[in-house]
Amino acid sequence: MNTTIGRRELLRSAALAGSGMALSAWLPAWAQTNSRGIAAPLPELSGEDITLRIAHQTMIIDGRESHAIGINGTVPAPLLRLKEGQIVRIHVENDLDEETSVHWHGLILPFQMDGVPGVSFPGIKARSTFTYEFPLIQSGTYWYHSHSGFQEQLGHYGPIIIDPKEADPVGFDREHVLVLSDHSQMHPHAMFAKLKQQAGYFNRQPQTLAGLLKGEDQSLKERLAWGRMRMDPTDISDVTGAAYTYLVNGHGPQDNWIALFRPGERVRLRFIAAGSMTIFNVRIPGLKLSVVQADGQNVRPVEVDELQITPGETYDVMVTPADDRAYTIVAEAVDRSGLARATLAPREDMAAEVPPLRRRPVATMRDMGMDMSAMGAGTTSSAAMPGMDHGGMPDIEHVAVGGQPAPRESEAGMASMKMRDPANAPGVTLGPGVQTIAPMPIDRTGEPGTGLADVGHKVLVYRDLVALEPNPDVRGAAREIEVHLTGNMERYMWSFDGKTLSEAETPIPVRAGERVRVTLINDTMMNHPIHLHGHLFEMATGHGDHSPRKHTVNVAPGGKVSWDVTGIPGEWAFHCHMFFHMHAGMMRIVQVRPIPGIDA
Amino acid sequence: MKIRTTLGLAPLALMVPSLAAAQSHQHIPGMQMPGMTMPAAKPAKPRAKPKPHPAPRPAIRRGTAQPAAGHDMAAMSNMSASKSGPDLPPGAAAPPQVQPGRPADRYYDPAAMARAESALLGSHGGMVFHRLLIDLAEYQVRDGRDGYRWDGELWVGGDTNRLVLKSQGEGSFKGRVESAEVQALYAHALDPYWNLQLGIRQDFEPKPTRTYAVLGIEGLAPYWVGLDGALFLSDKGDVLGRVTLSYDQRITQKLIIQPRGELNFSLQDMPRQRIGSGVSDLELGLRLRYEIKRELAPYVGISWERRLGETADFARAQGESTGGFSLVAGVRTWF
Repeated sequence: MNTTIGRRELLRSAALAGSGMALSAWLPAWAQTNSRGIAAPLPELSGEDITLRIAHQTMIIDGRESHAIGINGTVPAPLLRLKEGQIVRIHVENDLDEETSVHWHGLILPFQMDGVPGVSFPGIKARSTFTYEFPLIQSGTYWYHSHSGFQEQLGHYGPIIIDPKEADPVGFDREHVLVLSDHSQMHPHAMFAKLKQQAGYFNRQPQTLAGLLKGEDQSLKERLAWGRMRMDPTDISDVTGAAYTYLVNGHGPQDNWIALFRPGERVRLRFIAAGSMTIFNVRIPGLKLSVVQADGQNVRPVEVDELQITPGETYDVMVTPADDRAYTIVAEAVDRSGLARATLAPREDMAAEVPPLRRRPVATMRDMGMDMSAMGAGTTSSAAMPGMDHGGMPDIEHVAVGGQPAPRESEAGMASMKMRDPANAPGVTLGPGVQTIAPMPIDRTGEPGTGLADVGHKVLVYRDLVALEPNPDVRGAAREIEVHLTGNMERYMWSFDGKTLSEAETPIPVRAGERVRVTLINDTMMNHPIHLHGHLFEMATGHGDHSPRKHTVNVAPGGKVSWDVTGIPGEWAFHCHMFFHMHAGMMRIVQVRPIPGIDA
Repeated sequence: MKIRTTLGLAPLALMVPSLAAAQSHQHIPGMQMPGMTMPAAKPAKPRAKPKPHPAPRPAIRRGTAQPAAGHDMAAMSNMSASKSGPDLPPGAAAPPQVQPGRPADRYYDPAAMARAESALLGSHGGMVFHRLLIDLAEYQVRDGRDGYRWDGELWVGGDTNRLVLKSQGEGSFKGRVESAEVQALYAHALDPYWNLQLGIRQDFEPKPTRTYAVLGIEGLAPYWVGLDGALFLSDKGDVLGRVTLSYDQRITQKLIIQPRGELNFSLQDMPRQRIGSGVSDLELGLRLRYEIKRELAPYVGISWERRLGETADFARAQGESTGGFSLVAGVRTWF
């Protein structure tokens, strides 16, 4: 997309140059503020009875028509504006010729209303209607999406706001919902097939010989070490801007969706990461972002310049733009292959400069869970040294001193540094789908996400999040469940503990009301945002009875994340929210029993 | 079909008291739904037959009937005055047994649930894909006798088990097809990088043709070197072998250079196939391709072929070339 500048764009640029607007000539076409934006808010539905009709439609992104599956004629689907304490009946009419479903992402509800075909219900057959009914026992920003086939990427997703019954602790004068997503002209099934055929298919920024000669990226020595491991350090995103247009509320960067404000207002921005495969780096140059809510749960306000949001997560941020000027809301894809863009402006005809894409990150040995320098160091030490482990030599040399970038040399008392040592993960089935076992996974919740360690300003880290209210359940966990996030990037296989869902693994059993610690260990070099349906869990990030509560948490490459959760009766999907990782099998069912009324 | 549900919210309301109390700040109005009468839990029952597509596959394995164990309060002993919640280390309680039965069957048609579960499993790890790769399809400018060469494969299957069809051959435009073969193989992933390949190879040229059993290993070696090695046992008891190596070096985002080598050997003289024992022939090539898109890349390059030992003698006796340089131009494509 960003390599082709069409005739229309050229004409538009020429017209703009004539009009005298201040534009940098070096901005790619999509980054030029060349037209009046789109200020239309999402359609909104409220009340106790809501009807959603799911159908094929076309949507127009940056002037280009595209096939989509939408709800009530829109992508994203209408905003469901609900009230804590109410009961809602949602009548879903399926106008498709295939099965569909709606999953209410982040909502605590009876499991049979959770909307996962084959787990919580049979799905909504073609040309039929299903009514969901459940009470709303929480408030905050959430979203909903299909759990059937490949519909989610085609546009079957929308936002939910549940207003609190009591006064909202977040004071604001105005609010906007920003649904961040990715859309492609390529059918998601074809996309998945390409990944299986050639896992690096969408990566158009691999290292090259020309880059080596220019001194870019890794040194020859590092490249050889990574080549020996058969690992591509530029494999940051499986699907990239080569195939995706990144959207804000269904609008492309040229469409320029506009969020209006009056100078001095306290503006609440509700970001929802509804992208199938895209992690976004969100920032608004010129404004501080005060994060007040994560995954629908209020947190103590924390001021940042940028935050990374992974598929499934939501963040509410407060901004208070004082000046009568436009600000660009930038949601840059983590691999810097493109961006979603909107504008925060006092008037519809205003726009601000769009910053150019930053250079794509290159993975390090730390992302392989092999950073010897992390040994014995505190979990936040690296965050205190931003840039320390970024693309530089130290890490790989540290490992090389230990002698083990590759499996063969792992003797001499350092056996645990093998790249694929069963002793490091006894519970994992070491089949073809497990390329690596992180020998030294570390807690990276104090580190900025991939590529943000050296951006020169404050980036939100998980450890910054502190719940505003005390946690509802502060018991210690009765036991620990360790789940290894495993994969093979060459074969494009993804799994939990080395097994896909289709390999018919047994559910993960939890007792109703039982408090369990879940530790997710990322043995791969990719990010995995892990989502547990029907629950909110408390992250173990050192905040005791004010631990942040989430429904989706990203586990950084070579990292680990722990959280405590209290089992709610039912059977619940538990999966990576990277769409193709889930479809590759990175999913389990969590079985919480007994279920009152079923297990007597 | 129209499913109309006013379903039980009872499970949520009946969560264990400690949890309900702990979450008392979250009011749950409307949770006391009257009139829910649930039958007792049914034992695990056989799954209904899944629909023909996707193919029948095992259902989710739940355990045999076991009473659900109560909550283990031993973890409470972890409680200390200063720490709470996730700051406390986890206890060592035993996990509960996996319980039988699919709870959603209580609310929905069990046969429909069984079909949905089968579809869920099939679409979360069990999908089947294919790829046709024509690695070499080239014109060879040789000294006096221009020729052609092809090498390609099709695979169909899942992550671990695949059907692989391979074909390769070459010939000259003025002469005949010098060699042509097709292999039909079952491929099984052995580890992250390597596949075992078993099957048959049928030669169509040179004549008289032979049929071979194939035992091969194919995969990706360290430093991203593609390696394909195979042993062939003919219907006459002859044993041949072949090793192919290739490596893709990206010069720019679209320009790739591929050094490639192929070596054939034989454990015996096979005069009727004009193959001598030992290393029979060697090919080294260097091809520079330009990816118009990932799937379509025209290329140019050079190829050096040499028949060796007795194989070369056989060739000379037939008046054939024993090898030499050729300039090649072709297209690499896959889909």
